[in-house]
Amino acid sequence: MFLINCPYCGERDQQEFKAGGEAHIERPKQPTELSDDEWAEYLFMRKNIKGVQFERWNHAHGCRKWFNMVRDTSNDEIKAIYKMGEKPPSQ
Amino acid sequence: MTKNLRVKSSEYIDETNRISFKFNGKTYHGFKGDTLASALLANDVHLVGRSFKYHRPRGIMTAGSEEPNAIVQVNPGSNRTEPNVRATEVEIYEGLEASSQNCWPSVEFDIGGINNFLSPFFPAGFYYKTFMWPASFWEKYEFFIRHSAGLGKSPTSSDPDIYDHRNIHCDVLVVGAGLSGILAAKNAAKNNFKTLLVDEKNELGGSTIFENNEFNKIDNKTPSEWLKKEIEELRNIKNLEIKTRTSVAAYHQYNYLLARENLTDHLEAKDKTNKIRQRLLKIRAKKVILATGALERPLIFNNNDRPGILLSSAVKKYSEFFGVACGSKNIFFTNNDSAYESALSLYNKGINVEAIIDIREQSESKIVKKVKEAGIKVYWSHTIVDTAGYKRLNSISIMKLSNDGTSVTGSKISISCDCLGVAGGWTPAVHLYTQSGGKLKFDEEKQIFLPNQNTSEQISVGSCGGDFKIDEIIKNLNHKLKDTLNIRETDLDNINVEIDLENSKRNIWLLPSDTSLGKTKPFVDYQNDATAKDIKLALREGFRSIEHVKRYTTTGMGTDQGKLGNMHALGIIADTAGVKMGELGTTTFRPPYTPLTFGTIVGRNVGKFFDIFRRTPMNDWHVENKAEFENVGQWKRAWYYPINGETMHQAVQRESKAARESAGILDASTLGKIDIQGSDASEFLNRVYTNAWSKLAIGKCRYGLMLNEDGMVYDDGVTTRLGENHYIMTTTTGGAANVLGKLEDYLQTEWPELDVYLTSVTDHYATASLCGPNSKKILKKIIPDLDLSDENFPHMSFKEATIGHIQCRIMRISFTGEHSYEINVQASYGKDLWEKCMEAGKEFNITPYGTETMHLLRAEKGFIIVGQDTDGTMTPIDLQMDWIVSKKKYDFIGKRSLYRSDTMREDRKQLVGLLTEDPNVVLEEGAQIVSELNQSPVEMLGHVTSSYFSPNLNKSIALAVVRGGKDMIGKQLFVPMESKNINVTVANPVFYDEKNERLNA
Repeated sequence: MFLINCPYCGERDQQEFKAGGEAHIERPKQPTELSDDEWAEYLFMRKNIKGVQFERWNHAHGCRKWFNMVRDTSNDEIKAIYKMGEKPPSQ
Repeated sequence: MTKNLRVKSSEYIDETNRISFKFNGKTYHGFKGDTLASALLANDVHLVGRSFKYHRPRGIMTAGSEEPNAIVQVNPGSNRTEPNVRATEVEIYEGLEASSQNCWPSVEFDIGGINNFLSPFFPAGFYYKTFMWPASFWEKYEFFIRHSAGLGKSPTSSDPDIYDHRNIHCDVLVVGAGLSGILAAKNAAKNNFKTLLVDEKNELGGSTIFENNEFNKIDNKTPSEWLKKEIEELRNIKNLEIKTRTSVAAYHQYNYLLARENLTDHLEAKDKTNKIRQRLLKIRAKKVILATGALERPLIFNNNDRPGILLSSAVKKYSEFFGVACGSKNIFFTNNDSAYESALSLYNKGINVEAIIDIREQSESKIVKKVKEAGIKVYWSHTIVDTAGYKRLNSISIMKLSNDGTSVTGSKISISCDCLGVAGGWTPAVHLYTQSGGKLKFDEEKQIFLPNQNTSEQISVGSCGGDFKIDEIIKNLNHKLKDTLNIRETDLDNINVEIDLENSKRNIWLLPSDTSLGKTKPFVDYQNDATAKDIKLALREGFRSIEHVKRYTTTGMGTDQGKLGNMHALGIIADTAGVKMGELGTTTFRPPYTPLTFGTIVGRNVGKFFDIFRRTPMNDWHVENKAEFENVGQWKRAWYYPINGETMHQAVQRESKAARESAGILDASTLGKIDIQGSDASEFLNRVYTNAWSKLAIGKCRYGLMLNEDGMVYDDGVTTRLGENHYIMTTTTGGAANVLGKLEDYLQTEWPELDVYLTSVTDHYATASLCGPNSKKILKKIIPDLDLSDENFPHMSFKEATIGHIQCRIMRISFTGEHSYEINVQASYGKDLWEKCMEAGKEFNITPYGTETMHLLRAEKGFIIVGQDTDGTMTPIDLQMDWIVSKKKYDFIGKRSLYRSDTMREDRKQLVGLLTEDPNVVLEEGAQIVSELNQSPVEMLGHVTSSYFSPNLNKSIALAVVRGGKDMIGKQLFVPMESKNINVTVANPVFYDEKNERLNA
């Protein structure tokens, strides 16, 4: 059970949060211009990294805010947390 | 006559408080302070159970939670019965009853004991090998295997006890209250850290509390005396909470630990009632100090499992702590100095020690000399090659060990005895450490696994960290405490320790015998009856991974998780495979450390507290009017309102007719309601719904369909424009929370530039849906000054009004196809609104209807229910709802996916209506649809999603999804059922009032 430092509320138990998959996948601005393959890439393809991974998390049972997390999936160490729209920290 | 083996000299046993208890139906006596195990041993009862596979007689082996053999059924036959309880952990109380498990008809005479003689036929993997053939027989085999599987009996009536959960946040959690734990907790608390100290036993002090060895001194006192003084001081320290009878079950990441606090298990039945039995502590600690100690290892030799064979440390504890002699002719078998401490402890209490068998060549420590001086014979370089005594050990045979330790030489000596204390060295209890994600390293010299790398803030101190001698323990503890707590000085700086113990040991994982391995029974896992030869067999058969060997032989898979034998299993595998211990790794220790009751896990979340439920403001009215309820998500919704003993079918038929012929009323309060405000609200709706919203006038309503980005229908509902920048969206009852979450996600992450604010107002409004040709007249009676004409208040429009002083929002929208109004009021006025409608509707026979009738009425109109007629694979096109998908809008969620090659296929499953050939036959929802009857296999074209008997059409109607169904109108298909085949015809899904004339009726 992680202890997650919500950038808006502070440290809270993992059960207050919802994981939201891989971060920094921007919704295409002009979907209609994309080929089926390009759209499928956005829609379906996700990394599943053993190691450092960028993720979206939502403080679902708290402030309801979304934010980003850098987590090492091999040992679940949370390396960084930053707000939506902020640049990811360099590795 | 039973012998009394009490050596009356323990301060932990209250001999003025005599307690009677029953074991296997027979009454025994013990004293306050006894465990079931110590009390039985005092009565010379060693045989307490039968082993799992061979039903071999087994006795008490340990004095702690690592016990593999003495697992009993407590209070059999009562609703408080509990199986698989370790007798070594049960504190006795007046009226306690316990019985042996896994034996029939009795532990003394067990029919299953025949398995022992058949054991050559039960090798490792016996079940996998034997019951593979023929495959079709598995079900028959399973019946018999299930009968012989499992230990103990679960209770058959509900648990009378109360369980609880508690969250604890602390600066420092100390697990284990032995010497190191107590010193760690004391120094943490004194330095202003909020500290919690937990221990699984009822007394603090661990094994040091009965350490009266004259050769070990702390500040010139025996360790026991010294520690008692320390414990006394603990009571006066602030910031320190102590919990005994509290076992840490799990150590998760980020220092989150679960512990079970036992509150009433040691009390008499009369004192248990109305008290919390066990409490699950959910602990979040900034720092964790593990002081979980070490478990003594047994030695692996032929027939090492007989009743009367105990761990040497257990023999010592029973004598020193409980004042019980485990036998009158005691022998110790050892590879290190620990057994000499035990022997001396017994000797000092006047208990007879016959001999010590030591596999080492010699040891020169003072304690060994003292033992020799006491006249106890020591057999150096000897090993036990066999033991005798079926239900109780009566003799051992020993032989001289070869120099390399792989064989025995010379002649066999037989020594009679009734108790054997085995000392194979110590294994640090690193279970919790590894649960937390910590990695181990193997220490070649000590032959133990030690904590190495961990991710959370924690330290392992004392013997669980590899320090076994008191001087090492205190020195390293001091160092680690200063480091982890960032403090300069501690109480430990000036402690003076004298110690005499040799570290010398000779480690042989599997001791040789004079007979071949195949004919011996050297048990490694006592509970699961796995022997060294099973492990070797597994290796011969090609298993290499330690995890595979574990599962194949079931070593370490009992309720004790192999706390005693896992190291030996690893050692034997390493020796046999010719690799080093460290290279093999270990099997994974999983929570819980000791078993938890289900009660502790669920706590108070039982019965009506299992899940929360939500009621509408009108709920009391539905209850008073005898509604039947159905669960929709967490909501309790009125399902139908039977009168005069009507069946559900009868009630629904009556309600459905009434709603179309005169007036019906539905409690629609559960629909999700989201208040949307902001200057970009219209643009936002444009992006989330498939249809266009920019031109919706203020005061108008529109139906919307929401897709996932993959193009599949996600939710639907009517949204009303209340003002220039203000909308109220309704969602499905079950989808409300998810829709809000999804919309928030897009707003925050994809479209942060939009000025839009979302607020859930589902619980703030109560909604009554008034429908039917007389609904207008009823509303007129309630709100006489509101102009209800079609010109002023047409279908799909909105008005604000007041009923008396109650503000209300009225939408003229319809989910039934009838002229209808949805009236929303502040939730607290919901029941009042409902009663006003009922009163005004009396002359029109207004009929309350529930969700079942709602479903029927909408099905007559072919309106979908998201989640019933859709299943996450239906596009709006599949639903024949092309009309709602805007072609003009550049983008909306899911639009691009509607043009993927797969979503544009013509032969996708599409929503159609089905009519049965016999109008009285109602299809089953979920029934499969085929086009051919006399073909096998035949393609399943689709399935029935909604099906009812329509009283208004007087025939059966159904909605279904059928492959390519759009182009099949009029075609005959079949629904094959178990008893008959039903002929159906594909139809337009709108069965009733296709031209929507009734909306304005």
